[in-house]
Amino acid sequence: MLPELSRDEILRYSRHLLIPEVGLEGQRKLKNSSALIIGTGGLGSPVSLYLAAAGVGRIGLVDYDVVDSSNLQRQIIHGTSTVGKLKVESARAKLLDLNPEIQIDVYNEPYTSENALRIAKDYDIILDGTDNFPTRYLTNDVAVFLGKPNVYASIYRFDGQVSVFYAKEGPCYRCLFPEPPPPGLVPSCAEGGVLGVLPGTIGTLQATEALKVLLGIGEPLIGKLLLYNALDMSFDFVKLKKNPNCRVCGPNADIKELIDYEEFCGVPSHDHEEGSAGANWDITVQELAERVKTNHLKLVDVREPHELEISRLPNATNIPLGQLAARLSELDSAEDMVLFCKSGARSTRALELLTSAGFKKVKNLKGGINAWAREVDTSLPIY
Amino acid sequence: MPVLRIPTPLRAYTNGQSDVNVDGSNISDALTDLTTQYPALKPHLFNEGGDLRPFVNLFVGENNIKDLQGVNTPITDGEKIMLIPSIAGGGHVA
Repeated sequence: MLPELSRDEILRYSRHLLIPEVGLEGQRKLKNSSALIIGTGGLGSPVSLYLAAAGVGRIGLVDYDVVDSSNLQRQIIHGTSTVGKLKVESARAKLLDLNPEIQIDVYNEPYTSENALRIAKDYDIILDGTDNFPTRYLTNDVAVFLGKPNVYASIYRFDGQVSVFYAKEGPCYRCLFPEPPPPGLVPSCAEGGVLGVLPGTIGTLQATEALKVLLGIGEPLIGKLLLYNALDMSFDFVKLKKNPNCRVCGPNADIKELIDYEEFCGVPSHDHEEGSAGANWDITVQELAERVKTNHLKLVDVREPHELEISRLPNATNIPLGQLAARLSELDSAEDMVLFCKSGARSTRALELLTSAGFKKVKNLKGGINAWAREVDTSLPIY
Repeated sequence: MPVLRIPTPLRAYTNGQSDVNVDGSNISDALTDLTTQYPALKPHLFNEGGDLRPFVNLFVGENNIKDLQGVNTPITDGEKIMLIPSIAGGGHVA
C-alpha cells in the first residue's frame, strides 16, 4: 500500500505528476522508497540533492569526513558556512531545507565490512559515490549479497563512468573489474585532480538512473556502461555481460561474505595517516627543517611540473613520479635524499621505487609540501 | 588503421595522446604496436608473464574482447578500440 501525498506534496511535486511515466502513483512510489548514498562528496552532492528534491522518502548518507574548503570547488551540497562541520550533518541540513517532507538518516562512520550490511539492508537501492577502490568493491559485494541495485558512478579529471550493477538482472562491478589495479597506478582525485563540474554531470546521470530504477521506468543502464569525456564532450556506451567466472555473482562464486577490502586492493580506504611511508622511512617537516640547516640533503620533488607553480621548496629537483623509473640515473644513491609531493602519497610510491632499485639513504617527507606549508613556511599556500 | 582510445589516467604514457592509430589485424597485434610506439605503457597493460592484466578491459565497438575472442579478436581498418580503465574517484573517503 503506497503512502498518500498531502496537499503540500501534490503542489511540490506537480511537475512530476504531469509526466505520465511518473504521475501520482510514481510519486507515491518515490515517497515509499529509500536510497543509500555512499559518500557525501563530489558525486554524493548532486545525487542527494536531486533525490531529495524528487521526493525519495528516505535517504541515507554515509560519510565520516568534515567539510574542507578544498571540497567546495565541486561538493555543492556543502558551503563556506559549513566548513569544519561533519559532512553528513552539513548535507542533512541542506537536504531538509530543500525538502522537509523526506527523512534523512545519517551514518557518520566509515563504510566497512563490519557495518555495511547492517546499514544497507533496509534501503531499496545503493548509490556508489566513493573515491577509493576498497569501498567500491565493498559497495558492490554488499549490493550483490543483499540483492539490491548498485547505481555506480566514478570520475577522474575529465572522465566519468556510469552504470547500474544489479546482479539479479545483469553484471556486477566485479564482472567488469575482477581485480583492482595495483596500488598507485590510478591516482585519486586528491592527487590527480578533477574538473569541478564533472561530478555534477556524472552525479545527475547517476541520480537519473536511481530514479528510473525506483520508478521502474525506462531502460536503466543494466548491462551497459556509459563513458563520458568532458574535453571531447563524448558519450560512449559499451555492453557489459555477466562474467561466468565472477567470484561474487557467478555460478561458482567463492566469495560468500564480505572480505578485507583494504587487503584485497592493497591500499587503505580509511587512512588518516595519508602520506606516511612508515616510521623508518618518514621524515617530518620539523626534522627536515632542522636537517637542512646543517646537512646537505638532496630534495626531490615528485610532483607534476604545473604543481610547482603553486608551491615549491628551494633547491629541489623536480622529477615527476611517472618519469622517475626512467630517470634514476640522475640520482646518486650515495647521497642523502628526501622525496616529497603534495601530501606524501606519491612520494611514498617514489620511495618504494627507489628502495627497490637499491637506494638506501632515502626518506619520505611525511605530509608533503602541504605539511611544510602548514607547519614550517606558512607563507606557502596549501592546496 | 584501427584507432585505440587511451583513457585519461594512461595518457601520461602516450605523450597525452587520446587516440592512437595502431597497426594490426587483431587485438594482440594492435597492442604490440601500441606498446612499441609507447613502451612506458607496457607494464600497465601486461603482467610479467606477458598476459593482459585482469583489470584491463578492451572493447571493440560495444563489445568486451573477453566476450569475443580475447586478444585474438579480429579488428578492421578504422575500427574503434576502447581501453576502459578502473577509476575510483567520486567523493571523499566514505
